[in-house]
Amino acid sequence: MAKARRSREPFFWALFSAGGMLAALVLPALALVLWFAWPLGWVEAPSHAELAAKVGHPLVKLALFGFITLAFFHWAHRFRFTLYDGLQLSHLYGLIATITYGGATVLTLLAGYLLWTFP
Amino acid sequence: MSQSGKLIPSEVASRKAANPRYQLFHPKWYRPRYPIFWWVEKIAYLRFITRELTSLAVGYAAVLLMVEVWALGRGEEASHRFHDLLGSVPVLVFHGVLLALLLFHSVTWLNLAPKALVVRLGRRRLPDRLVLLGHYAAWLVATALVVWFLVGR
Amino acid sequence: MAQSITIEIRRYRPEQEDEPVWQSFEVPCRDEWMVLDGLNYIKDELDGSLSYRWACRMGVCGSCGMVVNGEPVLTCATYLSSFAPGPVRVEPLKGFPVIRDLVVDLQDFVDKLKSVKPWIIRDEERPLSEGEYLQTPDELAAYKQYSMCINCLLCYSACPIYSLEPTFIGPAAIALAQRYNLDSRDQGAEERMDVLSQHEGLWCCTFVGECSEVCPKHVDPAGAIQRYKVAATAEWFKSLLPWGNR
Repeated sequence: MAKARRSREPFFWALFSAGGMLAALVLPALALVLWFAWPLGWVEAPSHAELAAKVGHPLVKLALFGFITLAFFHWAHRFRFTLYDGLQLSHLYGLIATITYGGATVLTLLAGYLLWTFP
Repeated sequence: MSQSGKLIPSEVASRKAANPRYQLFHPKWYRPRYPIFWWVEKIAYLRFITRELTSLAVGYAAVLLMVEVWALGRGEEASHRFHDLLGSVPVLVFHGVLLALLLFHSVTWLNLAPKALVVRLGRRRLPDRLVLLGHYAAWLVATALVVWFLVGR
Repeated sequence: MAQSITIEIRRYRPEQEDEPVWQSFEVPCRDEWMVLDGLNYIKDELDGSLSYRWACRMGVCGSCGMVVNGEPVLTCATYLSSFAPGPVRVEPLKGFPVIRDLVVDLQDFVDKLKSVKPWIIRDEERPLSEGEYLQTPDELAAYKQYSMCINCLLCYSACPIYSLEPTFIGPAAIALAQRYNLDSRDQGAEERMDVLSQHEGLWCCTFVGECSEVCPKHVDPAGAIQRYKVAATAEWFKSLLPWGNR
Protein backbone atom coordinates (compact mmCIF):
# COMPACT_ATOMS: atom_id res chain seq x y z
CA MET A 1 0.00 0.00 0.00
CA ALA A 2 1.46 3.34 -0.95
CA LYS A 3 2.31 5.37 2.09
CA ALA A 4 2.98 8.31 -0.16
CA ARG A 5 -0.74 8.77 -0.55
CA ARG A 6 -1.01 9.53 3.14
CA SER A 7 -1.11 13.16 4.05
CA ARG A 8 1.66 15.01 5.90
CA GLU A 9 -0.91 16.57 8.19
CA PRO A 10 -0.05 14.36 11.21
CA PHE A 11 3.36 16.04 11.46
CA PHE A 12 1.93 19.54 11.59
CA TRP A 13 -0.91 18.42 13.81
CA ALA A 14 1.66 17.01 16.26
CA LEU A 15 3.48 20.36 16.35
CA PHE A 16 0.17 22.17 16.76
CA SER A 17 -0.80 19.85 19.61
CA ALA A 18 2.50 20.18 21.46
CA GLY A 19 2.52 23.94 21.00
CA GLY A 20 -1.06 24.25 22.13
CA MET A 21 -0.51 22.18 25.26
CA LEU A 22 2.63 24.08 26.26
CA ALA A 23 1.01 27.42 25.52
CA ALA A 24 -2.03 26.45 27.59
CA LEU A 25 0.10 25.42 30.56
CA VAL A 26 2.73 28.14 30.51
CA LEU A 27 1.56 31.32 28.78
CA PRO A 28 -1.00 32.68 31.26
CA ALA A 29 1.57 32.59 34.06
CA LEU A 30 4.26 34.03 31.79
CA ALA A 31 1.95 36.81 30.61
CA LEU A 32 0.82 37.59 34.14
CA VAL A 33 4.39 38.11 35.35
CA LEU A 34 5.99 39.67 32.27
CA TRP A 35 3.13 41.92 31.19
CA PHE A 36 1.53 42.85 34.53
CA ALA A 37 3.38 41.87 37.69
CA TRP A 38 6.71 43.40 36.70
CA PRO A 39 5.56 46.50 34.78
CA LEU A 40 3.00 47.37 37.46
CA GLY A 41 5.35 46.63 40.31
CA TRP A 42 3.24 43.92 41.96
CA VAL A 43 6.49 42.02 42.23
CA GLU A 44 9.88 43.64 42.21
CA ALA A 45 11.27 43.33 38.72
CA PRO A 46 14.74 41.80 38.53
CA SER A 47 17.72 43.90 37.60
CA HIS A 48 19.03 43.77 34.07
CA ALA A 49 22.01 41.69 35.13
CA GLU A 50 19.86 39.17 37.01
CA LEU A 51 17.43 38.60 34.15
CA ALA A 52 20.22 38.46 31.56
CA ALA A 53 21.96 35.83 33.66
CA LYS A 54 18.81 33.71 33.85
CA VAL A 55 18.12 33.93 30.13
CA GLY A 56 21.78 33.39 29.28
CA HIS A 57 21.81 29.91 30.79
CA PRO A 58 22.09 27.39 27.91
CA LEU A 59 19.26 25.22 29.23
CA VAL A 60 16.97 28.23 29.47
CA LYS A 61 17.91 29.25 25.93
CA LEU A 62 17.09 25.76 24.72
CA ALA A 63 13.76 25.72 26.56
CA LEU A 64 12.87 29.16 25.23
CA PHE A 65 13.78 28.15 21.69
CA GLY A 66 11.73 24.97 21.90
CA PHE A 67 8.74 26.75 23.35
CA ILE A 68 8.84 29.62 20.86
CA THR A 69 9.15 27.19 17.93
CA LEU A 70 6.16 25.14 19.05
CA ALA A 71 4.12 28.28 19.77
CA PHE A 72 4.73 29.58 16.24
CA PHE A 73 3.84 26.27 14.62
CA HIS A 74 0.76 26.02 16.80
CA TRP A 75 -0.31 29.43 15.47
CA ALA A 76 0.58 28.48 11.87
CA HIS A 77 -1.51 25.30 11.82
CA ARG A 78 -4.52 26.75 13.62
CA PHE A 79 -4.53 30.01 11.67
CA ARG A 80 -4.29 28.12 8.40
CA PHE A 81 -7.54 26.29 9.18
CA THR A 82 -9.13 29.46 10.52
CA LEU A 83 -8.53 31.05 7.12
CA TYR A 84 -9.81 27.95 5.31
CA ASP A 85 -13.02 27.74 7.33
CA GLY A 86 -13.63 31.24 8.63
CA LEU A 87 -13.05 33.07 5.37
CA GLN A 88 -13.52 30.15 2.97
CA LEU A 89 -10.05 30.56 1.47
CA SER A 90 -9.22 26.88 1.16
CA HIS A 91 -8.65 27.31 -2.59
CA LEU A 92 -5.58 29.39 -1.68
CA TYR A 93 -4.06 26.44 0.15
CA GLY A 94 -0.60 26.93 -1.39
CA LEU A 95 -0.38 30.61 -0.53
CA ILE A 96 -1.77 30.10 2.97
CA ALA A 97 0.54 27.19 3.73
CA THR A 98 3.50 29.30 2.61
CA ILE A 99 2.48 32.30 4.71
CA THR A 100 1.71 30.28 7.84
CA TYR A 101 4.31 27.53 7.92
CA GLY A 102 6.82 29.62 6.03
CA GLY A 103 6.25 32.51 8.38
CA ALA A 104 6.60 30.23 11.39
CA THR A 105 9.88 28.89 9.98
CA VAL A 106 11.27 32.38 9.44
CA LEU A 107 10.27 33.49 12.93
CA THR A 108 11.73 30.32 14.40
CA LEU A 109 15.05 30.92 12.65
CA LEU A 110 15.02 34.51 13.88
CA ALA A 111 14.39 33.33 17.44
CA GLY A 112 17.19 30.80 17.09
CA TYR A 113 19.57 33.50 15.91
CA LEU A 114 18.58 35.83 18.74
CA LEU A 115 19.11 33.18 21.37
CA TRP A 116 22.33 31.88 19.84
CA THR A 117 23.87 35.35 19.81
CA PHE A 118 22.59 36.25 23.28
CA PRO A 119 25.54 37.12 25.53
CA MET B 1 -24.48 7.18 -19.50
CA SER B 2 -27.87 5.49 -19.47
CA GLN B 3 -30.28 6.00 -22.34
CA SER B 4 -32.16 8.83 -20.64
CA GLY B 5 -28.89 10.76 -20.30
CA LYS B 6 -28.76 10.26 -16.54
CA LEU B 7 -25.43 9.23 -15.07
CA ILE B 8 -25.27 5.69 -13.80
CA PRO B 9 -23.60 5.09 -10.41
CA SER B 10 -20.43 3.56 -11.85
CA GLU B 11 -19.93 6.68 -13.99
CA VAL B 12 -20.30 8.87 -10.95
CA ALA B 13 -17.86 6.69 -9.04
CA SER B 14 -15.23 6.87 -11.77
CA ARG B 15 -15.57 10.66 -12.01
CA LYS B 16 -15.21 10.90 -8.25
CA ALA B 17 -12.11 8.74 -8.42
CA ALA B 18 -10.60 11.10 -10.97
CA ASN B 19 -11.56 14.19 -8.98
CA PRO B 20 -12.55 13.79 -5.34
CA ARG B 21 -14.32 17.14 -5.35
CA TYR B 22 -16.72 16.05 -8.09
CA GLN B 23 -20.38 16.51 -7.24
CA LEU B 24 -23.16 15.12 -9.38
CA PHE B 25 -24.91 17.95 -11.18
CA HIS B 26 -28.64 17.80 -10.75
CA PRO B 27 -30.43 20.86 -12.08
CA LYS B 28 -33.48 20.49 -9.86
CA TRP B 29 -31.72 19.99 -6.54
CA TYR B 30 -31.26 23.03 -4.39
CA ARG B 31 -27.72 23.58 -3.08
CA PRO B 32 -27.62 26.65 -0.84
CA ARG B 33 -24.29 28.42 -0.65
CA TYR B 34 -22.78 28.14 2.80
CA PRO B 35 -22.53 31.70 4.19
CA ILE B 36 -19.07 33.21 4.77
CA PHE B 37 -20.18 34.39 8.20
CA TRP B 38 -21.61 31.05 9.25
CA TRP B 39 -19.70 31.46 12.49
CA VAL B 40 -21.84 34.32 13.77
CA GLU B 41 -25.09 32.45 13.37
CA LYS B 42 -24.79 30.31 16.48
CA ILE B 43 -23.21 31.07 19.86
CA ALA B 44 -21.42 27.73 19.75
CA TYR B 45 -19.82 28.66 16.43
CA LEU B 46 -18.85 32.09 17.77
CA ARG B 47 -17.17 30.46 20.76
CA PHE B 48 -15.38 28.13 18.36
CA ILE B 49 -14.01 30.89 16.14
CA THR B 50 -12.89 32.88 19.20
CA ARG B 51 -11.06 29.81 20.41
CA GLU B 52 -9.37 29.46 17.03
CA LEU B 53 -8.39 33.13 16.98
CA THR B 54 -6.55 32.71 20.30
CA SER B 55 -3.75 31.25 18.18
CA LEU B 56 -2.94 34.86 17.28
CA ALA B 57 -2.50 35.65 20.97
CA VAL B 58 -0.17 32.65 21.31
CA GLY B 59 1.88 33.78 18.33
CA TYR B 60 2.02 37.33 19.68
CA ALA B 61 3.21 36.09 23.07
CA ALA B 62 6.02 34.19 21.37
CA VAL B 63 6.98 37.31 19.42
CA LEU B 64 7.00 39.38 22.59
CA LEU B 65 9.26 36.80 24.24
CA MET B 66 11.64 37.27 21.33
CA VAL B 67 11.51 41.04 21.73
CA GLU B 68 12.24 40.66 25.45
CA VAL B 69 15.30 38.54 24.68
CA TRP B 70 16.41 40.99 22.00
CA ALA B 71 16.01 44.00 24.31
CA LEU B 72 17.85 42.21 27.09
CA GLY B 73 20.67 41.45 24.72
CA ARG B 74 20.92 45.06 23.55
CA GLY B 75 21.75 46.27 27.02
CA GLU B 76 20.27 47.97 30.03
CA GLU B 77 18.91 51.03 28.26
CA ALA B 78 17.06 49.10 25.56
CA SER B 79 15.69 46.81 28.23
CA HIS B 80 14.42 49.71 30.32
CA ARG B 81 12.77 51.37 27.34
CA PHE B 82 11.03 48.13 26.50
CA HIS B 83 9.85 47.62 30.07
CA ASP B 84 8.60 51.21 30.25
CA LEU B 85 6.60 50.56 27.08
CA LEU B 86 5.10 47.49 28.72
CA GLY B 87 3.90 49.70 31.57
CA SER B 88 2.10 52.25 29.40
CA VAL B 89 -1.69 52.31 29.60
CA PRO B 90 -2.62 51.42 26.01
CA VAL B 91 -0.19 48.48 26.07
CA LEU B 92 -1.57 47.31 29.40
CA VAL B 93 -5.14 47.42 28.07
CA PHE B 94 -4.08 45.53 24.94
CA HIS B 95 -2.28 42.94 27.04
CA GLY B 96 -5.34 42.67 29.26
CA VAL B 97 -7.35 41.55 26.25
CA LEU B 98 -4.58 39.18 25.23
CA LEU B 99 -4.34 37.67 28.69
CA ALA B 100 -8.08 36.99 28.54
CA LEU B 101 -7.56 35.28 25.16
CA LEU B 102 -4.67 33.22 26.52
CA LEU B 103 -6.78 32.12 29.46
CA PHE B 104 -9.59 31.23 27.06
CA HIS B 105 -7.12 29.14 25.08
CA SER B 106 -5.93 27.36 28.21
CA VAL B 107 -9.41 26.60 29.52
CA THR B 108 -10.82 25.40 26.20
CA TRP B 109 -7.70 23.36 25.45
CA LEU B 110 -7.57 21.61 28.82
CA ASN B 111 -11.33 21.01 28.82
CA LEU B 112 -11.04 19.11 25.55
CA ALA B 113 -8.12 16.96 26.70
CA PRO B 114 -10.33 14.14 28.07
CA LYS B 115 -11.83 13.71 24.60
CA ALA B 116 -8.48 12.94 23.01
CA LEU B 117 -6.89 11.11 25.91
CA VAL B 118 -8.96 8.01 26.60
CA VAL B 119 -7.37 5.54 29.00
CA ARG B 120 -9.11 2.21 29.29
CA LEU B 121 -9.07 0.16 32.49
CA GLY B 122 -10.75 -3.08 31.58
CA ARG B 123 -14.44 -2.42 31.01
CA ARG B 124 -14.30 1.14 32.20
CA ARG B 125 -12.41 4.07 30.97
CA LEU B 126 -10.64 6.50 33.23
CA PRO B 127 -13.34 9.04 34.16
CA ASP B 128 -13.18 12.23 32.14
CA ARG B 129 -13.20 14.23 35.36
CA LEU B 130 -10.01 12.53 36.50
CA VAL B 131 -8.23 13.26 33.22
CA LEU B 132 -9.44 16.85 33.48
CA LEU B 133 -8.23 17.12 37.08
CA GLY B 134 -4.85 15.79 36.03
CA HIS B 135 -4.53 18.43 33.33
CA TYR B 136 -5.57 21.27 35.62
CA ALA B 137 -3.10 19.99 38.22
CA ALA B 138 -0.42 20.11 35.52
CA TRP B 139 -1.47 23.69 34.78
CA LEU B 140 -1.03 24.57 38.45
CA VAL B 141 2.39 22.95 38.58
CA ALA B 142 3.50 24.67 35.37
CA THR B 143 2.31 28.02 36.68
CA ALA B 144 4.21 27.50 39.91
CA LEU B 145 7.37 26.57 37.99
CA VAL B 146 7.13 29.60 35.70
CA VAL B 147 6.54 31.99 38.58
CA TRP B 148 9.35 30.41 40.61
CA PHE B 149 11.74 30.69 37.66
CA LEU B 150 10.92 34.30 36.90
CA VAL B 151 10.42 35.69 40.37
CA GLY B 152 12.73 33.47 42.38
CA ARG B 153 16.17 34.77 43.20
CA MET C 1 -50.97 25.66 27.23
CA ALA C 2 -51.42 27.23 23.79
CA GLN C 3 -54.19 25.69 21.71
CA SER C 4 -52.40 25.98 18.41
CA ILE C 5 -48.93 26.80 17.18
CA THR C 6 -47.53 28.06 13.89
CA ILE C 7 -45.13 25.81 12.03
CA GLU C 8 -43.16 27.53 9.29
CA ILE C 9 -41.75 25.12 6.76
CA ARG C 10 -39.07 25.73 4.17
CA ARG C 11 -40.89 24.46 1.10
CA TYR C 12 -39.09 23.65 -2.10
CA ARG C 13 -40.98 22.40 -5.10
CA PRO C 14 -38.57 22.37 -8.03
CA GLU C 15 -41.43 22.24 -10.54
CA GLN C 16 -42.76 25.61 -9.42
CA GLU C 17 -39.88 27.54 -7.81
CA ASP C 18 -36.14 27.99 -8.11
CA GLU C 19 -35.55 28.95 -4.49
CA PRO C 20 -37.13 27.59 -1.32
CA VAL C 21 -39.95 29.61 0.27
CA TRP C 22 -41.41 29.69 3.74
CA GLN C 23 -44.97 28.51 4.23
CA SER C 24 -46.87 28.79 7.52
CA PHE C 25 -49.34 26.32 8.96
CA GLU C 26 -51.48 26.48 12.11
CA VAL C 27 -51.46 23.14 13.89
CA PRO C 28 -52.96 22.10 17.23
CA CYS C 29 -50.40 22.06 19.99
CA ARG C 30 -51.14 18.91 21.99
CA ASP C 31 -49.00 18.27 25.07
CA GLU C 32 -47.85 14.87 23.87
CA TRP C 33 -47.12 15.87 20.28
CA MET C 34 -43.70 15.89 18.77
CA VAL C 35 -42.74 18.15 15.86
CA LEU C 36 -43.21 15.08 13.66
CA ASP C 37 -46.84 14.82 14.79
CA GLY C 38 -47.27 18.43 13.69
CA LEU C 39 -45.79 17.61 10.28
CA ASN C 40 -48.05 14.57 9.97
CA TYR C 41 -51.05 16.75 10.85
CA ILE C 42 -50.07 19.20 8.11
CA LYS C 43 -49.74 16.41 5.58
CA ASP C 44 -52.99 14.70 6.63
CA GLU C 45 -55.19 17.74 7.06
CA LEU C 46 -53.68 20.87 5.54
CA ASP C 47 -51.34 20.19 2.63
CA GLY C 48 -50.81 16.70 1.33
CA SER C 49 -47.96 17.81 -0.92
CA LEU C 50 -45.54 18.28 1.97
CA SER C 51 -42.60 15.88 1.54
CA TYR C 52 -40.44 14.63 4.41
CA ARG C 53 -38.90 11.43 5.73
CA TRP C 54 -39.89 9.56 8.88
CA ALA C 55 -40.37 5.96 9.95
CA CYS C 56 -40.09 4.57 13.46
CA ARG C 57 -41.25 7.77 15.25
CA MET C 58 -39.30 6.65 18.33
CA GLY C 59 -35.75 7.81 17.75
CA VAL C 60 -34.03 4.67 16.53
CA CYS C 61 -34.23 4.75 12.73
CA GLY C 62 -32.59 8.10 12.08
CA SER C 63 -34.97 9.08 9.25
CA CYS C 64 -36.62 12.22 10.60
CA GLY C 65 -33.63 14.50 11.11
CA MET C 66 -34.40 18.14 10.31
CA VAL C 67 -33.31 21.60 11.40
CA VAL C 68 -35.87 23.02 13.85
CA ASN C 69 -35.34 26.64 14.94
CA GLY C 70 -31.74 26.45 13.81
CA GLU C 71 -30.83 23.22 15.60
CA PRO C 72 -30.61 19.81 13.92
CA VAL C 73 -32.92 17.47 15.82
CA LEU C 74 -34.92 14.27 15.39
CA THR C 75 -38.42 15.60 14.86
CA CYS C 76 -39.88 12.48 16.47
CA ALA C 77 -37.97 13.24 19.67
CA THR C 78 -38.68 16.96 20.02
CA TYR C 79 -41.79 18.16 21.79
CA LEU C 80 -43.83 20.64 19.78
CA SER C 81 -44.94 22.38 22.96
CA SER C 82 -41.34 23.14 23.90
CA PHE C 83 -41.44 25.85 21.24
CA ALA C 84 -44.66 27.45 22.47
CA PRO C 85 -45.84 30.08 21.68
CA GLY C 86 -43.92 29.51 18.45
CA PRO C 87 -43.45 29.88 15.56
CA VAL C 88 -41.51 26.71 14.85
CA ARG C 89 -39.23 26.93 11.82
CA VAL C 90 -38.54 23.61 10.13
CA GLU C 91 -35.88 23.29 7.45
CA PRO C 92 -34.07 20.41 5.79
CA LEU C 93 -30.69 19.20 7.10
CA LYS C 94 -27.77 21.44 6.18
CA GLY C 95 -24.92 20.24 4.04
CA PHE C 96 -26.97 18.11 1.67
CA PRO C 97 -28.69 19.05 -1.59
CA VAL C 98 -32.43 19.51 -1.17
CA ILE C 99 -34.48 17.30 -3.44
CA ARG C 100 -37.89 18.54 -2.37
CA ASP C 101 -39.26 20.29 0.72
CA LEU C 102 -37.57 18.61 3.69
CA VAL C 103 -36.08 15.69 1.76
CA VAL C 104 -32.32 15.81 1.13
CA ASP C 105 -30.03 13.63 -0.94
CA LEU C 106 -27.82 11.47 1.25
CA GLN C 107 -25.75 9.76 -1.43
CA ASP C 108 -22.58 11.65 -0.47
CA PHE C 109 -22.78 10.31 3.07
CA VAL C 110 -23.50 6.78 1.84
CA ASP C 111 -20.48 6.90 -0.47
CA LYS C 112 -18.24 8.20 2.28
CA LEU C 113 -19.50 5.61 4.74
CA LYS C 114 -18.78 2.84 2.26
CA SER C 115 -15.29 4.19 1.70
CA VAL C 116 -14.33 3.61 5.35
CA LYS C 117 -15.38 -0.07 5.07
CA PRO C 118 -17.78 -0.28 7.99
CA TRP C 119 -17.63 -4.04 8.40
CA ILE C 120 -15.41 -6.58 10.14
CA ILE C 121 -12.28 -7.06 8.04
CA ARG C 122 -10.29 -10.22 8.67
CA ASP C 123 -6.99 -11.31 7.17
CA GLU C 124 -8.50 -14.77 7.13
CA GLU C 125 -12.07 -15.73 7.89
CA ARG C 126 -12.55 -18.53 10.37
CA PRO C 127 -14.48 -21.49 9.05
CA LEU C 128 -18.02 -21.85 10.40
CA SER C 129 -17.09 -25.06 12.16
CA GLU C 130 -14.84 -23.11 14.53
CA GLY C 131 -17.79 -21.19 15.83
CA GLU C 132 -18.27 -17.49 16.46
CA TYR C 133 -15.64 -14.93 17.40
CA LEU C 134 -15.73 -14.55 21.16
CA GLN C 135 -15.55 -11.17 22.81
CA THR C 136 -15.30 -10.20 26.46
CA PRO C 137 -17.48 -7.43 27.93
CA ASP C 138 -14.33 -5.29 28.17
CA GLU C 139 -13.67 -5.70 24.47
CA LEU C 140 -17.28 -4.83 23.73
CA ALA C 141 -17.08 -1.75 25.90
CA ALA C 142 -14.14 -0.50 23.85
CA TYR C 143 -16.30 0.30 20.83
CA LYS C 144 -19.91 0.06 22.00
CA GLN C 145 -20.51 3.79 22.19
CA TYR C 146 -19.58 4.24 18.54
CA SER C 147 -21.87 1.41 17.46
CA MET C 148 -24.93 3.33 18.66
CA CYS C 149 -24.95 5.56 15.57
CA ILE C 150 -28.31 5.54 13.76
CA ASN C 151 -27.02 7.46 10.73
CA CYS C 152 -29.45 10.29 11.36
CA LEU C 153 -26.87 12.79 10.00
CA LEU C 154 -27.67 15.51 12.53
CA CYS C 155 -23.92 15.66 13.06
CA TYR C 156 -23.33 16.38 9.37
CA SER C 157 -25.86 19.18 9.52
CA ALA C 158 -24.16 20.67 12.58
CA CYS C 159 -20.64 20.33 11.18
CA PRO C 160 -19.56 23.49 9.34
CA ILE C 161 -16.54 21.69 7.88
CA TYR C 162 -18.74 19.16 6.11
CA SER C 163 -20.55 21.99 4.37
CA LEU C 164 -17.34 23.83 3.55
CA GLU C 165 -15.11 20.97 2.45
CA PRO C 166 -16.72 18.55 -0.04
CA THR C 167 -14.12 15.84 0.52
CA PHE C 168 -14.45 15.73 4.31
CA ILE C 169 -15.61 12.28 5.35
CA GLY C 170 -17.66 13.60 8.25
CA PRO C 171 -18.35 12.75 11.90
CA ALA C 172 -20.61 9.69 11.65
CA ALA C 173 -18.48 7.91 9.06
CA ILE C 174 -15.32 8.44 11.10
CA ALA C 175 -17.06 7.35 14.30
CA LEU C 176 -18.21 4.21 12.52
CA ALA C 177 -14.70 3.59 11.21
CA GLN C 178 -13.53 3.82 14.81
CA ARG C 179 -16.28 1.41 15.85
CA TYR C 180 -14.63 -1.19 13.69
CA ASN C 181 -11.04 -0.18 14.38
CA LEU C 182 -11.62 -0.67 18.08
CA ASP C 183 -13.50 -3.95 17.64
CA SER C 184 -11.29 -6.81 18.79
CA ARG C 185 -12.60 -9.02 16.00
CA ASP C 186 -11.48 -6.60 13.31
CA GLN C 187 -8.11 -6.59 11.57
CA GLY C 188 -8.74 -3.82 9.07
CA ALA C 189 -7.42 -0.71 10.86
CA GLU C 190 -4.55 -0.42 8.39
CA GLU C 191 -6.90 -0.44 5.39
CA ARG C 192 -9.16 2.19 6.91
CA MET C 193 -6.25 4.39 7.79
CA ASP C 194 -5.38 4.67 4.11
CA VAL C 195 -8.77 6.25 3.44
CA LEU C 196 -8.90 8.38 6.54
CA SER C 197 -5.33 9.62 6.23
CA GLN C 198 -6.07 11.42 3.03
CA HIS C 199 -5.61 15.11 3.52
CA GLU C 200 -9.27 15.89 3.37
CA GLY C 201 -10.45 12.58 4.74
CA LEU C 202 -10.15 13.41 8.38
CA TRP C 203 -7.63 16.20 8.85
CA CYS C 204 -9.92 19.08 7.98
CA CYS C 205 -11.73 18.48 11.26
CA THR C 206 -10.97 21.40 13.57
CA PHE C 207 -12.83 20.02 16.56
CA VAL C 208 -15.73 22.42 16.49
CA GLY C 209 -17.50 19.83 18.61
CA GLU C 210 -21.05 20.58 17.49
CA CYS C 211 -21.45 17.09 16.07
CA SER C 212 -21.27 15.55 19.54
CA GLU C 213 -23.59 18.22 20.93
CA VAL C 214 -26.43 17.34 18.57
CA CYS C 215 -26.00 13.56 18.49
CA PRO C 216 -29.21 11.99 19.87
CA LYS C 217 -27.43 8.73 20.71
CA HIS C 218 -24.42 10.18 22.57
CA VAL C 219 -22.00 8.60 20.14
CA ASP C 220 -19.53 11.46 20.61
CA PRO C 221 -18.11 11.52 17.07
CA ALA C 222 -15.89 14.48 17.98
CA GLY C 223 -14.17 12.35 20.60
CA ALA C 224 -13.83 9.50 18.13
CA ILE C 225 -12.16 11.81 15.62
CA GLN C 226 -9.74 13.26 18.17
CA ARG C 227 -8.74 9.79 19.35
CA TYR C 228 -8.23 8.80 15.75
CA LYS C 229 -6.03 11.85 15.14
CA VAL C 230 -3.82 10.80 18.06
CA ALA C 231 -3.64 7.21 16.80
CA ALA C 232 -2.97 8.26 13.21
CA THR C 233 -0.24 10.66 14.31
CA ALA C 234 1.46 7.98 16.41
CA GLU C 235 1.24 5.65 13.44
CA TRP C 236 2.72 8.32 11.14
CA PHE C 237 5.71 8.89 13.41
CA LYS C 238 6.22 5.16 13.87
CA SER C 239 6.32 4.71 10.11
CA LEU C 240 9.29 7.08 9.98
CA LEU C 241 11.38 4.65 12.00
CA PRO C 242 13.29 2.16 9.84
CA TRP C 243 11.84 -0.74 11.79
CA GLY C 244 8.36 0.72 11.90
CA ASN C 245 7.68 0.05 8.23
CA ARG C 246 5.08 -2.38 7.02
